[in-house]
Amino acid sequence: MRMTGLILLAALAAPAANAVEYQTVLPKQSTIHFEFRQMGVPIKGGFKRFTTQMTFDPAKPEAARAQIEIDLASIDAGSPEADDESAGKLWFNRSVHPKATFVSSQVRALGNNRYEMRGTLTLKGKSRDMVVPVTFAPGKNAATFDGAFVLRRLDFGIGEGMWADVNTVANEVQVRFRIAAIGN
Amino acid sequence: MSVVMRYSTPAIVLHWLVALLIFAGFPLGVYMHELPLSPDKLKLYSYHKWIGVTVLMLVAVRLGWRLTHMPPPLPDGIAAWQRRASAITHGLLYGLMIAIPLSGWLMSSAKGFQTVWLGVLPLPDLVDKDKALGDLLAGVHQALNFTLLALVILHVAAALKHHFIERRPFLQRMAWGGKERT
Ligand code: HEM
Repeated sequence: MRMTGLILLAALAAPAANAVEYQTVLPKQSTIHFEFRQMGVPIKGGFKRFTTQMTFDPAKPEAARAQIEIDLASIDAGSPEADDESAGKLWFNRSVHPKATFVSSQVRALGNNRYEMRGTLTLKGKSRDMVVPVTFAPGKNAATFDGAFVLRRLDFGIGEGMWADVNTVANEVQVRFRIAAIGN
Repeated sequence: MSVVMRYSTPAIVLHWLVALLIFAGFPLGVYMHELPLSPDKLKLYSYHKWIGVTVLMLVAVRLGWRLTHMPPPLPDGIAAWQRRASAITHGLLYGLMIAIPLSGWLMSSAKGFQTVWLGVLPLPDLVDKDKALGDLLAGVHQALNFTLLALVILHVAAALKHHFIERRPFLQRMAWGGKERT
């Protein structure tokens, strides 16, 4: 009993002692949400299915990498009607481009658990470089990485033709994500 | 010829302003409903909601005015049952002019779309997003509207009957032709 207790204690103490490398993502605790304005009305949505591969060691942030792949069919665009519409050619053209991907290229520490992640977002066959601020919170059970950025949908041809009118559906889409991960 | 008593000027202005908005908002609601999703559809939905909220605000003012200002007495020679029917109809019209925009506002919230009046004034969502509730309120909104349509037809027919068939200057009661009750 005493022995097991000691091992348990050692195991619990270990993360604090040595730097942890966060590599195992917890999908159920990770989220991607977005919000945009339609006729001045805020519309909330998100993606339910996405996979994240990452490695992050607070001691070596420059070596961190992240890759996110989003299944566009898992969209909640605010209403069933909008979900259906978003699959079409003018929006995501989902039959040709079923996924969106983000691949990080560089991570820079800003201090205070805040980081700047650069990378490439590919949506509908178009790739754009993005700079995303990310806040890291170690947490008890899992660490979280929270980020938010503004995506201009027209940069990716999301909403073409009649939908390109930004007075009806705004160009700016506020994206917020949370990736939860545990260290090994 | 006796002088026609008329409603007060604010009552008349509000009556016709609200009537105009209803005559625009009602057919708009019927039309936009069937459209496939497009930016135009989103615009029309917004206009319809803005009209409805405007009606709600004007009717609130109108009720406040009505409760503090008696309408002119009805002319002699109108049967008692017609006086009663007119009082009931007017009461129902007021009730519907409040209930219809309210049901629309709640429906919109339940369907997950906040109402933002004229695109600038956000109204609070009084209910959470809830598909079943949204569908229920859509049915309520529609039923109330067709009740309103029937009552407005009755209302207009009665006004026209008093005016043209009974040949009394009845429409002047809700116009500037008459003499204001003081
Ligand atoms: C062309 C259409 C319309 C005509 C000719 C018309 C005419 C009139 C007239 C003559 C009155 C005075 C009745 C009286 O003296 O007892 C009146 C009152 C009233 N009208 Fe209309 N109306 C029209 C449309 C509407 C609409 C669309 C509504 C709202 C749904 C409406 C709501 C009312 C109400 C609530 C009153 C009672 C006012 C009060 O005593 O507080 N009317 N209308």
